[in-house]
Amino acid sequence: MIKVSIVGGSGYTGGDLLRILLFHPRVEIQQVTSERHAGKLVSSVHPNLRKICKHKFVPIAELEPCDVLFLGLPHGQMMNRLGEFESLAETLIDLSADFRLHDDAAYETWYGKNHACPDKLDDFVYGIAELHRERLKTAKRISGAGCNATATILALHPLYQAGVVESAVVEVKAGSSQGGNAVSDGSHHPERSGAVRSYKPTAHRHLGEIQQELGADNIHFSATSIEMVRGILATCHVFLNQNLEEKDIWKLYRGAYGNEPFIRIVKERSGIHRYPEPKILAGSNYCDIGFERDPHSNRLVVISALDNLMKGAAGQAVQAFNIAQGFDETTGLEFPGLHP
Amino acid sequence: MGECPVCAAEIEVADDAMAGELLVCEDCGAELELTSLDPVTLAEAPSAEEDWGQ
Repeated sequence: MIKVSIVGGSGYTGGDLLRILLFHPRVEIQQVTSERHAGKLVSSVHPNLRKICKHKFVPIAELEPCDVLFLGLPHGQMMNRLGEFESLAETLIDLSADFRLHDDAAYETWYGKNHACPDKLDDFVYGIAELHRERLKTAKRISGAGCNATATILALHPLYQAGVVESAVVEVKAGSSQGGNAVSDGSHHPERSGAVRSYKPTAHRHLGEIQQELGADNIHFSATSIEMVRGILATCHVFLNQNLEEKDIWKLYRGAYGNEPFIRIVKERSGIHRYPEPKILAGSNYCDIGFERDPHSNRLVVISALDNLMKGAAGQAVQAFNIAQGFDETTGLEFPGLHP
Repeated sequence: MGECPVCAAEIEVADDAMAGELLVCEDCGAELELTSLDPVTLAEAPSAEEDWGQ
């Protein structure tokens, strides 16, 4: 059994990590940390884990050595305590934004401050299995990708890989759980409920990692908060540099994702579920991707959907963990979501 | 084996299939007509025509 501890386990991502790993046949949960809830039962914060998780939160200062540390700390903390965590576990899987970018200048651009340990940026493998499976097999440092970035990168990767993109404009509709479990003026129920709020029309931080992973800067990104708890729907308007038929697009996506366990091409010809939608993906590790070629222009609309806490965070991290440990990468991630 | 005219997926055609038979592409869901057997050719089935043989 692999001994796993979760640092920063009281957040929503920590809760989903626990929900997955408590049923993982090759994992033993050793400790779960929370400074604010130290001493309390984990299930007092994650009530879906009542009668399942007997652990109590401990402070980071009481962490003991283990095999793998999953880190769900707020952005900016991990990089300042890296040495401390490296002394506790051979493998670190960081779900914050601290090690997603490989270039310290890019980090400063998107996060507005200097990176605390720029010499360590290249140690981390970006955690999207569909792009970095081979490197993940031997990785000891893994950085989980941003949720919006994951939806966008997976939607567009086959097209950028094929060199067929003139430019792309991405609009993401985002659920409220992206904001974490800390309250803010914006999360107050009378303000948040029913809102359709453009919260980042330009300069969203995830654009840095999107550009890095797609190897392109001809991509633009906006995000809108909507009335949804879990989920992301990314609508990507792609302007093609050549005339491709729908059949050609099919071939590109089938070539990139035909053997991927968690990518589904969703493009039905009838019914009410013709394109990806996040509702049916809640709790699952799938990313559904669909597309439609505009017959009157060079625009291709690519639509992707996922659960931001799963394929966009905890599920993606466990998938990467499975690969790094040599397990079947779907272990613990088989839940297909709910319908209706 | 045939090819879907909509999405280019490979379509398995049974040994005892008959011309005019309807098949569904598992990838894109297109309803296809087996227009010939040797060689195997498939065409997208018209969705709004009558007397379609179903």
